[in-house]
Amino acid sequence: MAQDLPAPPAGPWRQAMRSIARNRSAMAALATLALVTLACMLAPLYAHHVAHTDPFTSNVAGSIVLDGHEVDIMQPNDNPLHLGLSPIGPTWHATYLLGADSQGRDLASRLLYGGRDSLLVSSCAAVVCLVLAAMAGIVAGFSGGVVDALLSRMMDIMWAVPVYLFAISLSIVTVSHGLRVGPVTVRADSLLIPIFIIALVYVPYAARPIRGRVMALRQAEFVTAARCLGVPRWRIVVRDILPNVTTTLVMLGPLLMALSLLAESALSFLSLGVQAPAASWGTIIQDGEGLIYTRPMVAVAPGLAIVVVVLALNILGDGLRDALDVRDAARRSS
Amino acid sequence: MSLCARYVFRHLLVLLPAMFALCVTAQAAGQDHHGGELRLLGSTSGGTLDPQLHYTPVYLQIFSAVYDGLLTYRKAGGAAGDEVVPDLATALPQPEDGGRTWTFYLRPGIRFSDGRPVRVQDVQASFQRIFRVGSPTASSFYENIVGAHDCLRQPHACTLSEGMEVDPATGRITFHLVEPDAEFLTKLAYPHAVILPADTPDHDVGTVPVAGTGAYRVVSYDPQQSLHLARNPYFHVWSDAAQPEGYVDTIIYRFGLRDEDEVTSVEAGHDDWMFEVKPLDRLGELGARFPDRVHINPSLHIVYVPLNVHIAPFDNAMARQAVAWALDRHAAAIFYGGPAVATPMCDMAPPNVLPPVGQCPYTLPAVSASGMSGWPRPDLDRARDLVMKSGTQGQAVTIVVQTDSTQRGIGAWMRDRLQQIGYRASVREISRGVQFSYIQNSANNVQISLTSWFGDYPSPSNFVYLLFACSSFHPHSDNSINIPGYCNPALDAVMHRALQEPRDPVRMALWRQASNMLNSDEPAVPLLAIKDVDLVSARLGNYAYHTLYHMLVARAWVR
Repeated sequence: MAQDLPAPPAGPWRQAMRSIARNRSAMAALATLALVTLACMLAPLYAHHVAHTDPFTSNVAGSIVLDGHEVDIMQPNDNPLHLGLSPIGPTWHATYLLGADSQGRDLASRLLYGGRDSLLVSSCAAVVCLVLAAMAGIVAGFSGGVVDALLSRMMDIMWAVPVYLFAISLSIVTVSHGLRVGPVTVRADSLLIPIFIIALVYVPYAARPIRGRVMALRQAEFVTAARCLGVPRWRIVVRDILPNVTTTLVMLGPLLMALSLLAESALSFLSLGVQAPAASWGTIIQDGEGLIYTRPMVAVAPGLAIVVVVLALNILGDGLRDALDVRDAARRSS
Repeated sequence: MSLCARYVFRHLLVLLPAMFALCVTAQAAGQDHHGGELRLLGSTSGGTLDPQLHYTPVYLQIFSAVYDGLLTYRKAGGAAGDEVVPDLATALPQPEDGGRTWTFYLRPGIRFSDGRPVRVQDVQASFQRIFRVGSPTASSFYENIVGAHDCLRQPHACTLSEGMEVDPATGRITFHLVEPDAEFLTKLAYPHAVILPADTPDHDVGTVPVAGTGAYRVVSYDPQQSLHLARNPYFHVWSDAAQPEGYVDTIIYRFGLRDEDEVTSVEAGHDDWMFEVKPLDRLGELGARFPDRVHINPSLHIVYVPLNVHIAPFDNAMARQAVAWALDRHAAAIFYGGPAVATPMCDMAPPNVLPPVGQCPYTLPAVSASGMSGWPRPDLDRARDLVMKSGTQGQAVTIVVQTDSTQRGIGAWMRDRLQQIGYRASVREISRGVQFSYIQNSANNVQISLTSWFGDYPSPSNFVYLLFACSSFHPHSDNSINIPGYCNPALDAVMHRALQEPRDPVRMALWRQASNMLNSDEPAVPLLAIKDVDLVSARLGNYAYHTLYHMLVARAWVR
């Protein structure tokens, strides 16, 4: 007679997913991120079929039709001296929904296109940073000795330099002539440059906790057992260490992406990140700086977008930590 | 005493106090505006205080009240300010020897601010010093004095012994020129020809003020903080047109604020005037809230696009003409604050210096009779066609602009236009302090750039000749103001004739001919003539604007 066996306990990943699903804040953050990402991916559709504008071409002398009237995109200011012109403000119509920037381009379209680059650069930078940090942290933590000392001091030196100063210094070197490493040439306006610069400057921040986790794992019984059985070191790293570090990497992911987004925006604001005619939220804020009195929307809209995405990433990161950090869960249950 | 005498006496007794009271009141009314401190703002200092070396508009304004030349421009606003008037010289001389000799007499009784009298030896030494310190205009303005060539070659041995004669007994100063120069008096009125004490060192004095003869003297100067001026105790008015007495007792020029903050400070009345161009974002606010405190003045400031005639694609005349057809001057004006501030240009000299005649080149006619005059609209189709014909389509073009928001904006706009006519255009931004030198050096291979030029005095020579004469091109030098590297001997010949022509109508006709020749080759695209927008505090009165000196500090009063 078959006896009903208790269902096997769910794996740690499944438990984590369930925990996340129960976390309303994290789910709201995830939904927000998904929405923003989807909207940004649909930027070409919006620009060409809804707004009917080219968000990359200057249109200062252009005009649009609003409610049957032709309206100049750059409008004279209302003053007796006829001094100055301002780009059209939010129309709340399909075209120029949020108004125009200083070049007479549709702000809403540029916001979506800018979001694509900002999200692309920040997510790629976070991934590259995690890969580099994982390599450095695992090698340092698992090898110990001279290798650890060398890598740790390198990280210390990098950590000693303020992140933005470091990123700006690297960007200034590459922004005019691009990057040439052996046969590989990267153009100055390539997104690869901000991606690698941002990834590089945040490596110490991610490598330290990974190294600490690996050092703890190195002393674990299953690793000692594997060593005693003569398992090659690379196999121990791949089979025993890496899977146990993955949770740390996943927890760091959203945090690093948020930091990368802020760094990308700062670099682009300083003309050292995403290069024109491409747009990012940072470059749009830079465009809006000169219009802060008359058309604050140009700077405020991308600023708000950055705030929303960074906030969502931080809440998601908290949710992931709650779900994945076993020690933290044990603390909370006790 | 007769009845009549008694009547007169009685009335005099009544009238005298009344007349006295009237006199006192009138005197008080005149002095109401005297005194006080004029507060000026600049984002950065102008650098050296050496009046024979300083070549930015920042301190020319200040020097106008501190130094004097033999001649000067009338210290008056509007067109009257273009007039050359005698200053330390007693009168304007008449040309002798077919325009090769000019004789002046030094005005007696004038002292420097350190108390020493001004002598003809000081005049002679000052002109020698122009060459010895390497004044920026030594070559362009004063090269025509006999012996100046030797001075340019060996500055420290400069004596101008054959070009200048002075007579201490009579105060006579005679200049001998190599060839007639119709603008010699105008050049003598330029601030680099101010008279300094003969013992002024033959090097840049930097932050150490040199004694002058003007109404004010420099009391202290810290380039990081401020410049202070006070009244010159040895000054007396000898010509109100040349050097007015000045209303305020002290002038302070503070440095370090951003342009936005400067606007706010002047609006609030903490300061009286700011040097910087007003931020575009604030123009609407200024026009709406302070129309009576904003002054829009025609200036000698032009914006143009030099095209390097030595490297592809602009070594091809059709490619250059294509750019001229493509750039919409009205769109460019938007970046400077619109038509109230920027006017499209047809020629390389602003319209207040060389009035345009007939239809501008490189523009389609206006759509309607009431359409925009002067330069109506671009022709992109013709521009694309010219690019195709020139065989330069698809070539990479880098536009070099400055990093300020206006130039960056125009740079991005130009890039789009060049892409629309068939080039692979990109923009390179270089900081404001470096870009102007960078684009001048032919070794940097700049294909196309955006730059401004401020004329020294209102003559076409200051634009057409200085910017495009063969002699202004110096390969591989940061000091080559002929940025396109353009040299046309036929044009040079016409310009030399214009420079020597004393009759105004003939001279202007020659400049028109030169400008047309330039337009046909198009080594640069003239874009805009810029007006100067001044904002003053509510307490500042008697505002007067001069194209060279900006707001005349000696004319302004504060309440």
